Parts: sequence; C-alpha cells; structure tokens
Amino acid sequence: METVGLELNNNTRPLWLLAELTYRCPLQCPYCSNPVEMAKYKNELTTEDWIRVMQQARKMGATQLGFSGGEPLVRKDLEDLIKEARHLGFYTNLITSGVGMDEARIVAFKEAGLDHIQISFQASNEELNNYIGKSKSFQHKYEMAKLVKRYEYPMVLNIVLHRKNVDQIRDILDMTVDLNADYVELASTQYYGWSRINIDQLLPTKEQLKNAELVAREYQQKMKDKMKVIYVIPDYFEDRPKKCMNGWGNIFLTIAPDGSALPCHAAGQLPGLEFPNVIDHDLEWIWDESPDFNKFRGTSWMKEPCKSCDEKHKDLGGCRCQAYMLTGDAANADPVCGKSEFHKKLHDDVEHIGKLAGDEKFEAKPLVFRNMKNSKNFTDKKTPETV
Amino acid sequence: MAIELKKEDIIEIVPTFRFQWEEVQNCYVVLYPEGMVKLSQSAGEIMKRIDGKKSIIDMIGDISAAFGGADVEKDVLEFLETAYGNGWIRTK
Repeated sequence: METVGLELNNNTRPLWLLAELTYRCPLQCPYCSNPVEMAKYKNELTTEDWIRVMQQARKMGATQLGFSGGEPLVRKDLEDLIKEARHLGFYTNLITSGVGMDEARIVAFKEAGLDHIQISFQASNEELNNYIGKSKSFQHKYEMAKLVKRYEYPMVLNIVLHRKNVDQIRDILDMTVDLNADYVELASTQYYGWSRINIDQLLPTKEQLKNAELVAREYQQKMKDKMKVIYVIPDYFEDRPKKCMNGWGNIFLTIAPDGSALPCHAAGQLPGLEFPNVIDHDLEWIWDESPDFNKFRGTSWMKEPCKSCDEKHKDLGGCRCQAYMLTGDAANADPVCGKSEFHKKLHDDVEHIGKLAGDEKFEAKPLVFRNMKNSKNFTDKKTPETV
Repeated sequence: MAIELKKEDIIEIVPTFRFQWEEVQNCYVVLYPEGMVKLSQSAGEIMKRIDGKKSIIDMIGDISAAFGGADVEKDVLEFLETAYGNGWIRTK
C-alpha cells in the first residue's frame, strides 16, 4: 500500500481508517493477511457501530477510509456505509476480490459516492487464479474490472506475488494494461499469518525476484503516464527494515470485524495487547490514551540495537509483528535489519527455502488454504486440511 | 509531459482526484486512491480557483487581485505544471 505523502509530527492523528467489515470471504487465498485465528471472532459490528466509528475518525482528521475484509461485499449494508462515509467527507476505497459484485452494485456504489475500487487478482490466467483463491472467480473478476472502468472509477489492481505466480509478472502486467488499470500494486507476500504457514510454498527465489524487478521497472517506464506500477519486494531479502505502517499508532487505524482497534491489521497476533474495542471506548481515547496504541509509538520503547541506532527515526525499528514472530519479542529489532542478532538466521532460512525450491518433493507440499475450518483447526491445535 | 500547458488553456481537476478543505489539518488536500497530498496555502489558493471555466491567464489575474496586485504568474505556472505532471488537472 502506498504511504500517504505526509510529514511526521508529534501529535499523531489517524489519517487512514481501515474498516475490516467482516472475515467472511468466498476466496481462500493461502497468503491472506487476516489472522489465522479468525474463527475466534464471532461478532460483527452493526451498521450503527460502523457509522459511529466513521464519525469519530473523521472528526479526528481521518481522510482515507478503506472498506476491506474478508470480502466487504458480503456486508449487505455496504451501500449505506459508503453513503455515510462519503457524506462525512472521506475518500472511500473499496478493497475487494470482485466476487459478490455485479453491475447493479457498481452503479449503486457510484450513487452512494464511492471514490475508488481496488480489485485483487490471484494470477493472470484462469487456472492459477482459481487454484490460489480456491474459487472459480477469474472470468468474473475480469468482467468486473472492465465494468469498474466503464463507470469511470479510478481502479487499482492488486496482485500478491509469490513463488507460484511471480514468473508470470509480464502476463500479469499485460493483463492490467488491457484492463486500463490506473494503478497496479504488485505486492510481494509478506510473511504473517496464513502466508507464514505457507512460506515454504510461497517464498520466491532470489533469481525470480531479480527477473520480476526488471520487468516491473520496464513497465513503470513504458506506462509512465497511463498506469502507475507499484512494486514491493519481500523485505526478507533486505538488510534494512521497512518503516512498518509508517510507525506504530502514527497514521493507520484498523478496526477488526468485532470492533477491536489495532495499529495494524496483523497486530492481533502480538501478546500483551488488550485490543480496545470501539463498543467500549471512543476512538479518541483508543488512539491517544490506550496502552496498545502507545506501546510501540515513537522510539522510547526501543531496546538495543535500535535504541542507539542513528537510523531509528527512519525505520522506527521495522515491523513489530515480524520481530515477535522471528525473535519471540515484539520489542526487538526487526530481524530484517542487518544489526539484529537474528538477521543471519532469517537469511539462512530464506536461502534454505531457495535451495529446495523447484525440488519435486518439496514443491508437492500442499498449501494450507485460508478458511474457517482450517482456522478452527489452528485455534484447536488440530492438523489443518490441506487438499 | 506530452503536452505543455498554455496560458489561454481552460483547466479542470481530473475527476479521479478529489480536492477538499480539511479542517483538522488546516489545509487543502488532494485525495486519490489510498493516498493524500497536503497543499501549501498558495497551492490551495490556486487549486480552489480551478473550475473548468477559467483560463490560466484569468486565474493569474484573479489571484493577483486577491493578493493586492502581487506578481504571482511564475508561482502559479510552476504549481500548475507540477499539478499537471501529477495528473491532477487537465485542459478542457
């Protein structure tokens, strides 16, 4: 996701409200960013709850609103929420798989004031697209993308890249050109949640990435005035961490389907957080006062090597979730950083997968698809279904 | 940039971008898919005069009059070139 062009200041305000309306989804992508334990979240906020959240966020200065999920189209009140959001002055983004969309809804969204639609594709061909999403959705997505442009929305196409589709990057980009996308996000899988489980099958090799980057650069040049191509490499291959979410509690505010407020949509996995809920608290308190949003804000929480690092304001220590997953302590430096004592192990693991990639037996390992059944199995610590 | 802006061009804001006043930020902003640019005061003064009816030369006159006859031509043209390059505005 592109970061908004804003300078930092001490008095942080949520500028980006991500409304995860539901974890229900007709697709089962094995790299989904939703929590692996999503089956635990039973309740969804009501229309009135969401309207209250939007009003509070807008009053605090939020301008960007993403309707996301799961699949936000599952919510029958989406049109009403868009209408209210637009009325409040938000720039409204619908982040969708396209499944559950039809022409009548595209028209209704336009009338409600929707500003932009982002559609995800899993690949540029029917077979792989439908395999990854475990859904016969390719043709429908293609039709919907055409309609989105016919109704004059700005359109972002999002394709998550991994070992199984990254070699098709040229076909993917040709497809986005055919569909007249305004922006293309080629987002390499980041290894949290579901994708972490499937890392052996998804992590691309260095050679694949090198080639993909060349093709992405070529299209960035070629399409310069027509289509903006955003290419994000997986940070496991880097030596300096990303400024994750532009900083903890800095501009991003995620509300999970049950009303839990999070500084990032992956933060649900971190231990020691209280997950303040919008049903019990207003956003002003959650953002300014809650222990969660202050926990890793700024730099005062840092330990070495971050604490004395002259780049600490630049990357803010990287990603807290990655630090937790790979080191067991969310306050450690992100192991992507060469200064982290866990950096070598991360790169060794990446190299190990790179060596095994292509091996028939290794590649035959089945993917764990993102669905409620597998989520329940994880929550109950049973073996997930992989077929 | 393929085509240069001319002073007699009538310009409008491209509909896929939104320009609006933000009370909390105390400035005008340009909004687009998943992003926002805050505008300086002078950029805001220029953008708010783009209405799809006035030519660039009229806008320059308008802004100059609003600021006590100041010579604003260079600043306005410079900003409009940037806005045009970013795809925010187009000629009619």
